[in-house]
Amino acid sequence: MSMTMWKPTGLAMAAIAATAAVALMVPAAMAQRDPAYEAARAAGQVGEQPDGYLGYASTPTPAVRAIVDDINIKRKAAYTSGAPGGSTVEQFAFVTGCNLINKTRPGEKYMAPDRSWKTRDAGAPVRDSRCP
Amino acid sequence: MIAVAGLSGCVQIETPDKPIEINLNINIKQEIVYRLDGDAKKLIEQNSEIF
Repeated sequence: MSMTMWKPTGLAMAAIAATAAVALMVPAAMAQRDPAYEAARAAGQVGEQPDGYLGYASTPTPAVRAIVDDINIKRKAAYTSGAPGGSTVEQFAFVTGCNLINKTRPGEKYMAPDRSWKTRDAGAPVRDSRCP
Repeated sequence: MIAVAGLSGCVQIETPDKPIEINLNINIKQEIVYRLDGDAKKLIEQNSEIF
């Protein structure tokens, strides 16, 4: 077995750097939901609440509870760091929640303003009257 | 078995299931709703793994 030893040239180094940059950027730009989270949504175990957080549409298993807790903590951090000046974290979370309920797919759960869990169908979801 | 059951009972008491508080009585003016809508959409797009 022979091994070719070579010194990286400037060009090769640039190519490696460019490849590394793309490798770093792609997951950030195309980050997808964790499969377990996606499955819990599809199964209707978790749903979107009007306040911008996830809730349990049915009694959660410890695994589902862990998923929801983890995501809600991350959402809270995102709302906290992302709330534009002149608005509160709760307000930013609420408007995001309006959007998240809109984006639920048929079969997924969301909470209506009367706090009842609904299953999204082909029609528009029942949302808070203040939603944009 | 009884010891195990008792232990799991203890664990549950020590980590009570805090119900997620849902605040639907949020105070927000319509102009703020519309002003935040674009930022909310951007946030969802840029953090798709948690939404």
